[in-house]
Amino acid sequence: MPDGSFSHPQQRSFNPYTENGGTILAIAGADFTVIAGDTRQSEGYSIQTRYAPKVFRLTDRAVLAVNGFAADGNMFVKKVKQRLEWYRHAHAKDMPLRAIARLIQTMLYAQRFFPYYVYNILGGIEEDGTGAVYSFDPVGSYEREACRAAGAAQSLVQPFLDNQIYFKNQQAAPGQSHPLHLPLSDVLSIVIDSFTSATERHIEVGDGLEMYVVLAKGRSAQGLEGGRGVQELTTRTDGDRVFVIRRELKKD
Amino acid sequence: MDHFPTNWGRPRNDAQDLYNTYPLHQRPNNTPKDVFADGVQRTQQPIVTGTSILAILYKDGIMMAADTLASYGSLSRFKTIQRLQSVGENTVIGASGDMSDFQYVQSILEELMIEEFTANDQNELGPAEIHEYLSRVYYARRSKMNPLWNSVLVGGKKDGKRFLAYVDLLGTTYSASTLATGYGAYIALPLLRSAVEGREDELTEEQAQKLLTDCMRVLFYRDARSLDKFQIAKVTDEGVVISDPIKLDTTWGFAEKIRGYGPQTQ
Repeated sequence: MPDGSFSHPQQRSFNPYTENGGTILAIAGADFTVIAGDTRQSEGYSIQTRYAPKVFRLTDRAVLAVNGFAADGNMFVKKVKQRLEWYRHAHAKDMPLRAIARLIQTMLYAQRFFPYYVYNILGGIEEDGTGAVYSFDPVGSYEREACRAAGAAQSLVQPFLDNQIYFKNQQAAPGQSHPLHLPLSDVLSIVIDSFTSATERHIEVGDGLEMYVVLAKGRSAQGLEGGRGVQELTTRTDGDRVFVIRRELKKD
Repeated sequence: MDHFPTNWGRPRNDAQDLYNTYPLHQRPNNTPKDVFADGVQRTQQPIVTGTSILAILYKDGIMMAADTLASYGSLSRFKTIQRLQSVGENTVIGASGDMSDFQYVQSILEELMIEEFTANDQNELGPAEIHEYLSRVYYARRSKMNPLWNSVLVGGKKDGKRFLAYVDLLGTTYSASTLATGYGAYIALPLLRSAVEGREDELTEEQAQKLLTDCMRVLFYRDARSLDKFQIAKVTDEGVVISDPIKLDTTWGFAEKIRGYGPQTQ
């Protein structure tokens, strides 16, 4: 009886949401950003597939990771990409990262009373050439951060990042201070360790790992090109560049 | 939310307002009036249901299997229902869940294929397009809180490319080299995965057919909503072939030797 009145009893047994597991993570460097996610999709105790990407390239300088209810996630990414295409046709350029972040908040809040059950992490290069990570809740609250983990193993990974990226509970050597940003090779090692550890301890994480690396314009791709499982997604080398690194994770 | 300021700050329901000393005047009911509101029913649970669908990739294409039973609760109500359906020249779909919702989806797809045919533009929708279309239909219906209560497998081969994917009542989608719905996801999928994963390009048609038949037999032994009559569909470069119903050969001789539960006393 969908007339909105309270005069007769209502019941709804249909639940339009489910949880599809998996974990995503992003870390910003001084002039790069790494955005990663595992590729397992599950429901309950069943693995639905071992390869369902959760991380998507939006532009040459923006990558979006989505986690939560997979059907909502796919639809949300589809709509964001559509809005970015319209922007390209209207303005003959790609939307800047902070504008994409605000767009995502608006699109999420538009669904405030029937939310996309999705946690978003947006990573990329800001117009000033710095690496940036924006994290969102399902209804659009967002902030810019240096690193963020979300999803099934958020509670396992985030404390590790707090320690390794923000140097929480670590004392610098006498007369020295903690570095503001870590080099790319260190960040990649931390990401890989985060996911192998989460795979060990969380049943919904595993199968495959996809790490997107966005490099600021002019930054050398040293240590990245020709590496194992590395693939460049951008065709031009005179702007921001996007790479993807694929790794296997344990499948049990 | 209630957009009408006259209603603000008032109890939602006068009958429940225990502290009211003066009768509140009748508030306007500003919701859209629908005389059929009480008559409109939405699928809140499936009624006549089909059980598992199995599907795998193999060397020449894809193969899908489903039994021919449509159950009404625990009653085996309809025993010769076809749950595999070809769509165009390159695609086959199989559905578990509510069979009336599936028949509605079949009618939508038939309408779609006719519309595409009359365009006469030398294009035909392949399995990937059919799956994308179905995922939109199912997601749209769940978003209206009025779901089509199915889990559907879509398989096919077009332009030399094999395709296998899943969509369900929530609009959830995924793709893999072996897929199963319902009880099959618990009982048959592990068997299918160990036989198929990594050997998608080597598995012959005979091996694929035997594998699916064995899995249907295991399902018949354990799934109380299944039948020993099933069909196998295959999609290859030659197009779609859906077999006639096949009878499973089963062995029950061991049953009388089982002791420890059931009606036996010793």
